[in-house]
Amino acid sequence: MIRNLWNDLEGTFFPESALDYIPEARLREVQLQRLKAVVALAYEKVPLFRGRMDAKGVKPADIRTLADVRLLPFSVKADLRDTYPYGLFAVPMSDVVRLHASSGTTGKPIVVGYTAQDMEVWKQVIMRTLYAAGFSRSDVVQNMFGYGLFTGGLGLHGGLEGMGATVIPISGGNTERQIMVMKDFGVTAVCCTPSYFIHLIEMVQKMGLDFRKDLKVKRGVFGAEPWTDQMRQYIESATGIKAYDIYGLSEIIGPGVGAECHCQDGLHIFEDHFLVEIVDPQTLEPLPDGQEGELVFTTLSKQAMPAIRYRTRDLTSIETRPCACGRSLRRIRRISHRSDDMFIIRGVNVFPSQIETALLKTESTLPHYQIVLTRKSGLDRMEVRVEVTGEMLKDTVGAMDGLQKRFGHSIAQITGLTAEVTLVQPGSIPRSEGKAKRLFDKRNEG
Amino acid sequence: MKITQLSVFLENRPGRLSALCRTLADAGVNLSTLMLSDNGEFGLLRLLTPDVDKAKATIAAAGYAVTTSEVVALQVPDRPGGLAGVLVLLEKAGVSVEYMYAFAERPGTEAVMVFRFDNTDKALAALQAAAVPVFKPVDLFKS
Repeated sequence: MIRNLWNDLEGTFFPESALDYIPEARLREVQLQRLKAVVALAYEKVPLFRGRMDAKGVKPADIRTLADVRLLPFSVKADLRDTYPYGLFAVPMSDVVRLHASSGTTGKPIVVGYTAQDMEVWKQVIMRTLYAAGFSRSDVVQNMFGYGLFTGGLGLHGGLEGMGATVIPISGGNTERQIMVMKDFGVTAVCCTPSYFIHLIEMVQKMGLDFRKDLKVKRGVFGAEPWTDQMRQYIESATGIKAYDIYGLSEIIGPGVGAECHCQDGLHIFEDHFLVEIVDPQTLEPLPDGQEGELVFTTLSKQAMPAIRYRTRDLTSIETRPCACGRSLRRIRRISHRSDDMFIIRGVNVFPSQIETALLKTESTLPHYQIVLTRKSGLDRMEVRVEVTGEMLKDTVGAMDGLQKRFGHSIAQITGLTAEVTLVQPGSIPRSEGKAKRLFDKRNEG
Repeated sequence: MKITQLSVFLENRPGRLSALCRTLADAGVNLSTLMLSDNGEFGLLRLLTPDVDKAKATIAAAGYAVTTSEVVALQVPDRPGGLAGVLVLLEKAGVSVEYMYAFAERPGTEAVMVFRFDNTDKALAALQAAAVPVFKPVDLFKS
C-alpha cells in the first residue's frame, strides 16, 4: 500500500494524490460527515432545496447513513436556468470569488460560483487528475481548452500551475498556430477535447510534419465530450502519445470530478468530494454497481453552490472490480454517450458514437463524418456523410461503391438501421474547434 | 513501361470538375489526357500529365483525395480489328482490363490507348513477348 502512495510513473511522492488511496472505511466516514454538512447547508441557504425537501418530508437530520442520500430530491439543469443567475448559491456574493457560465444551447446560460475554498478544492482535484495521467512539474503543457467562462480552460490551468508544470494558456482555436507553438515551445503534454485533437493530428499531417519526429508531446488529458475507445486507439497510434480521459461538469465543479489513471480502465471519481450514484433514467430508482444508468452527483465539499443529487444525463456504470493502480476511489466506465445525445429514428435509439464505431470498424482510421436526419412524407431518413481521404481512395468506381456499401453494412450491423452513406470530398464537412457537432436533425425543418 | 496516373475523388456536383482544372491551370500543370467515370453520386477523374509529382502535390494541397496507379499506354494499329487483336492477346495471357481510354494527344499517326490492368507486370510481359509497342513516359508526353 505504501508503494501506491508513490506515483508509479515518476517515482515521486505527490501529497495531493495520497487521498486517492485513502482506506475505504475512512473514505465512507468522511463522505457521511460531509454529506450531512452539505445537506444542512443546502436546506438552510437554498430555497429550492428546502422547498423540495419539505415537500418530500425530509429534514437534514434524516441523513444518518450514506444510503440516506436516496431520501433527497433530485436536481436538474433546468433548476439552474429557472433560478438564473444566482438562485442556487448558498453563500453571500461577498464570499464568491469566481463565476463561470456554460454556453447554454437553449436560452439563458447557467451560472456557477466558487468560494476561495471551492477554488482550492478544484485545484486539488485537478492536480490529482493530472498526476493520475502521469503529468509532472517538468512538463510543458499546452492547455487548448477554452479560457473564459467555460470551466475547462481555467480549471485545468489552476491545477497545472498548482503542480508546478509550465502552462501555455493558449486556449482553443487557430490550429496552425497551436502546432507551431507545440513544436517551437517543446510541448510535452496537452489538454483539449478529443475531437479537437483529432482535427489537430490531421492538420499536423497536412502541414507535412511527422507527429512523432517533429513534436515532443508524450501525454494528454482529453474531455468535455464523450469519446470512444476507438478514438483513443486512433489518437495513440497516430501520435504515440498516451491519451487519458477526464470527466467533469460545471454544475459539479468543472473538470476534476473523475480521471483515468495509468491503467486507462475507467475513471476514478474523487469520492472524498463527490458522492456518486447511478439511477435508472426513467424510474430514477438507484441501480446496483455494474449496471448502466444515469450518473448522479452530490457535491460533498462545495460551499458556493452545493449540488444535491444532480442528474448529469451522462450514461455509465460503476466498475465493481478494484483498479490495478491501488486507488481506493471507485471508477465509472468511460462515458461514450449521453442520454440527450441520443436520437430516435424509426423507433430505434441511436447514439452518434455507434455510427463512429461502425465507421472505424470499416476503415480503421477515423474519417470525418456527419449524421443528417431528414423526414420525407412521414418517413425518417438517416444520411451519414463520410469524407474520403487519400488513404481510402481506390482507383475504380466499383471499389469506391464497395467501400460505401461496407460503411452502410457496418452501420446496419451496429444500429440495426439502414443509413444512406454519402462519400464526400475532404474538407467539405465543417470542422469544429471545440466540441464536435456530429448530428444534424432536420426532421422538423421546412 | 508503366505510366503513373492520378485518380481524384470528385463529388457529383456542378463546378467540381472545373474547380479542379482551374487549380491545376493556376499551378501551370499541363494535362495530357483525362477521363471521368462516375456512378451518379461521385466520380473518379483519372488524368495523365508529364509532371505527376507537381500535379499530385497541387491537387492534395487543394484538399482533394488523390491516389496514384500504374497504367500502360499502347500504340494500337489504326485499322479494323486493331484493338481486338491486342485484347485477345491479353486475354490469352490471363490479364483483365479494368478500364481503358484514348490518349488525347497523338504523338504519331496510330491510335494511343491507355489501359488499367488488374496485373500490370503480367500485361507488360505479354505485350513485350508479342512485340506490341508500349510507350515510355518520355515518348508519350513529348509534344
